[in-house]
Amino acid sequence: MKRVSSILLLWVLLLLGLSLDFSSYNKPRPEPPAFIMGSGQASSGGHCSGR
Amino acid sequence: MTLKRTGLSLLGLLGILTVTVLAGVQAGLLVLIGIGFGLALQGYGFGFAGGWRRFILQKDASGLVSQMLLVGLAGLLSLPLLSLYPQELVGAVAPLSWSLLIGAFVFGIAMQLADGCGSGSLHKAGAGNSYSWAVLPGFIAGSFWGASHQPAWLALGGPLGGGPIDLRSSLGLSGGLLLTLLLCLFVSLACRWQAKKVALAQGLVFNTAWLSSNLVKAAVVIGILYAVHLMVAGQPWGIVYGLGLWGAKLAVGLGADLSQDAFWGLAPHAERIVEPVLWDITTLTNLGLLFGTMAAARWNAGSNEFIALGLRTLVVGLLAGLVLGYSSRIAFGCNIGAFLGGAASASLHGWAWFAMAFLGSILGVRLRTPLGVK
Repeated sequence: MKRVSSILLLWVLLLLGLSLDFSSYNKPRPEPPAFIMGSGQASSGGHCSGR
Repeated sequence: MTLKRTGLSLLGLLGILTVTVLAGVQAGLLVLIGIGFGLALQGYGFGFAGGWRRFILQKDASGLVSQMLLVGLAGLLSLPLLSLYPQELVGAVAPLSWSLLIGAFVFGIAMQLADGCGSGSLHKAGAGNSYSWAVLPGFIAGSFWGASHQPAWLALGGPLGGGPIDLRSSLGLSGGLLLTLLLCLFVSLACRWQAKKVALAQGLVFNTAWLSSNLVKAAVVIGILYAVHLMVAGQPWGIVYGLGLWGAKLAVGLGADLSQDAFWGLAPHAERIVEPVLWDITTLTNLGLLFGTMAAARWNAGSNEFIALGLRTLVVGLLAGLVLGYSSRIAFGCNIGAFLGGAASASLHGWAWFAMAFLGSILGVRLRTPLGVK
């Protein structure tokens, strides 16, 4: 039960943070294609390999 | 039990739909892939830190062999795609720098003290391991800090010129793929040979089975998901960048000015700090992974063996997380972004990372008991 409560707390904090973060930005997203492969667009995400 | 499983499935679906509405179809797909990673890691008991530790302490090579199976499969599926779609897909290719070698060695020590690598810390946190919750804040802070120092570390250069060595570019697709598969086979055979030699010399029982069926299933599922992730995101699966970004956002939220920062002050990282975190690829798979491991852990309500959290382990966990985050950023990632992503992209830095992190792990395993990490 203690572990379930702790997991719930983790998710509440995470969702709260995500909501605050999302609501503080009001520009529309230039939505990337669902699949980058075959779209003609280059990947633009961040990655730990240095991009 | 059925009610719980239905609830978990509905929650997962609701999360994917919400992210899809807020950030688009690609974002929803990435959360779904992340959930798949989490389910496979937790459900099949697949991990990097534990597999290395079992080899170092018990001479059980199955964890390492399953990791080589994963790297081989991921390379087999993704290298042809990288060659077919060079304008759209990018591999994890990074320089063979001093920062990589030092960072990977330190990461190897820290991953044994943190009881998990990048994916391991996240998936154990998701499964309810309170020790990993101590590791995670340190990991986030360390990733942010390490990224900030990465340009200075890179200025130190490295061996063999310090540049990236992309085997696919230098040897062609077939040469790069063949060498990657041979390296996987060589490491597997070497680990088995060493395990057998030591077990026989010490009168221990040598496990003749190469792999358990669960480890095979995990390697196959994760390998396929890795390739699907590449198709969707256009880049290999990564973990640490997202954690560093969370740290940068928190720092800015607390009033820090990162405009002059050597890493976070530059494009495109500076823009990503301003944009919603749900637009970041690594964040989306990280969130999915957290949910997937939580779901897998609750699905069967099995008992997990976790490290008990006391004051001493809290401090060790926080510090280990900090070192884990910092070292992974100067080493171009963790077991996922640097080792799996690098080796499966036929980049030599992935194998250099593996060798150095494994050496560090040998030391890290010996530090666990004195520091109370059991």
